[in-house]
Amino acid sequence: MTGLRRIVKSGFVNFKRNGIVSWAAVLVVTITLFVITAIILLQAVLYSSLDQIKQKVDVTIYFNVGASEDKILALKSSLEKLPEVAQISYVSSEKALQTFRERHAKDYPTIQALDEIGENPLGGYLNVKAKEVSQYETIANFLKSDNALALGSASIIDKINYHQNKLVIDRLNTLIAGAQRLGFIVTLILIIISIIITFNTIRLTIFISKEEIGVMRLVGASKTQVRGPFVVEGAIYGIIATAITLALFWPITVWLGNNMTNFLGMNMYDYYLSNFFQILAIVLSSGMILGMFSSFLAIRRYLNK
Amino acid sequence: MDISFVCLLKPRRICDRIGGMIYFNNVSKVYNKDSVALENVTLTITAGEFVSIVGHSGAGKTTLVKMILADDRPSEGTVFFESVNVHRLRSKDLTKLRRRIGTVFQDFKLLPTKTAYENIAFAMEAVGKTSREIASDVPHVLDLVDLGNRMHHFPHQMSGGEQQRLAIARAIINQPELIIADEPTGNLDPINTYEVIQILKKINDLGTTVILATHNRGVIDSLGKRVITMEKGKIIRDDKSGKYVI
Repeated sequence: MTGLRRIVKSGFVNFKRNGIVSWAAVLVVTITLFVITAIILLQAVLYSSLDQIKQKVDVTIYFNVGASEDKILALKSSLEKLPEVAQISYVSSEKALQTFRERHAKDYPTIQALDEIGENPLGGYLNVKAKEVSQYETIANFLKSDNALALGSASIIDKINYHQNKLVIDRLNTLIAGAQRLGFIVTLILIIISIIITFNTIRLTIFISKEEIGVMRLVGASKTQVRGPFVVEGAIYGIIATAITLALFWPITVWLGNNMTNFLGMNMYDYYLSNFFQILAIVLSSGMILGMFSSFLAIRRYLNK
Repeated sequence: MDISFVCLLKPRRICDRIGGMIYFNNVSKVYNKDSVALENVTLTITAGEFVSIVGHSGAGKTTLVKMILADDRPSEGTVFFESVNVHRLRSKDLTKLRRRIGTVFQDFKLLPTKTAYENIAFAMEAVGKTSREIASDVPHVLDLVDLGNRMHHFPHQMSGGEQQRLAIARAIINQPELIIADEPTGNLDPINTYEVIQILKKINDLGTTVILATHNRGVIDSLGKRVITMEKGKIIRDDKSGKYVI
C-alpha cells in the first residue's frame, strides 16, 4: 500500500510540476472526449429522428361500408396477438366520417356532395403499427393467410395500403439500416483518429521525460515504480478532461434545447440532463482508459532499454 | 565540505569471489563499421578495489562503465558481476543489481522535476525503505553534504558542485557495494574536484569498491591507486601502482 500511495502521490506531483506539458495533454484528451460526447448526442438525435420516421409509417386496413363491427374487432384481436404488432387503433365508419368532415370543413363542394349522398360512404379502418419497419410484410402476409381469412376478413376488407406503400417502406427500411451502419462507421473512424492523436500527444510528454526515466532505472527503481506515476498522470488527464468536456456541453445543450428543438426533433438539454450520469460514466471511463493506456504504452519503449 | 557523512556507510567485510567482483571477458562493442568503442577488453576488478580508468575522450571509458550497469550490451564477450552475466539477467534481477551500485556522472543525472530531498528519497523508495527511515535519513545526509538549506530546491536551482554532492549523496545512501563514478569532476572547479575525490577515497576506505572513469591527470596522480589506461577502445596498460600513459 505504501508503494501504491507513493506512486499516486508522485503522479499528482509530476502533473503539477510539468505545468504546460500536462495541460497540453489535458487539452488533447478533452478534444477527444468532446468528439465522443458529441457522437453520443448525435446518435441520440439520429435515433430520435429515425424513430419519428418509423412512427409515421403504418399499414391501414380499410373495410367495406357496412362491414360488421364484430368481425372487424375479431380481426383486430387476432392482429394484436402477432408479436410484430406494436399498436392497433380502430376508427369506426362514424368516426371516419366525422374526421373527414372536420378535415374538409372549408371545402364546401365536398361537404355539399356528402350531404347530398345522405348516407355514410366511408367504412371503418384499422391503423396497424409494427415494432420494426421490416415487419410490415409479415403483417400483410398474415392478412392474406388462412388464419385471417377464417375470420371472414376477406369479405370485409376493402383494401390494404401496404402494397401501395411497399416500395416506400422497403426504401425506408434500407435507409434506416444504412444510416445506422454509416453512423457506426463514422463514429468508429472519429474515435480511432482521436485516440491516435491523444496517444501521440501523451507519447510526446513521456518522450520529454525519457532521460529522467533512464535515471530512475539506473538508480534501481522497478518498472512499476517508474511507470506508475506516468499512468496516474494519464488518469488525471482523463479526469480533468472529463470535467472540462461536460462543463462545455452544459451551455451547448442549453442553447440547443432553447433554439434547435424543432430542427433536431428533440430537446437536447433534457436529454443531456436525463442521461447525465450515463454520459458521465462513458466519458470518464473513456478519458481515464485513454490517458492511462496511452501512458502505459508510451513508456514501454523506454523501460525496456 | 564535511565529508564525514560517509560514516553513514558501514565498513564492508571484503569477500572476494572467484573471478573477482567484476570480470570482463573479451568484451567488444561496435556501433557501426567505423565506430569501435571497445575491443577485446578483458579485466578483473576485485571487491574493495579503487580502480581508475583513464584515457582521452572517446577511449571507451564510459562505454566500459555502461557495460557494468547493463545500460549497453556488448557486441561480443561477457560481463560478469559476482559471477553473474549481467546481460542475461531478467528485468527484475537487473533492477536488484542496480540497487547494489551507486552511480555518479559528469552530468549528475539528477531527476530535474524532483527536489534535493526527493532525489535522495527516490533512491531510498526504490529499495523499499519506509517513510520513517526516509524522513530520518534524508535531512541528515543533506546536512552532511552542506545541502541542508537546499532541501526543497530543484537541481536547476543549484550550482554544479552542489548538484554533484547531491548525486554522491544519492549514490551512497543505500550502502551500495560498488560506486561507479564517470567523470564526476568534469564540470567542477578544482576545490569541488578535490572534495569529490576525497569522498570517493573515504568511501573506498570503508570497503566499497570504486570505479572512477576520468581523463583528469591531477586526480589520478593524487590517488596512487590501480589505473587502467584505455585508448581507442583497448586497454593499453593496467598498473596497480598508479602509473598510466596518456
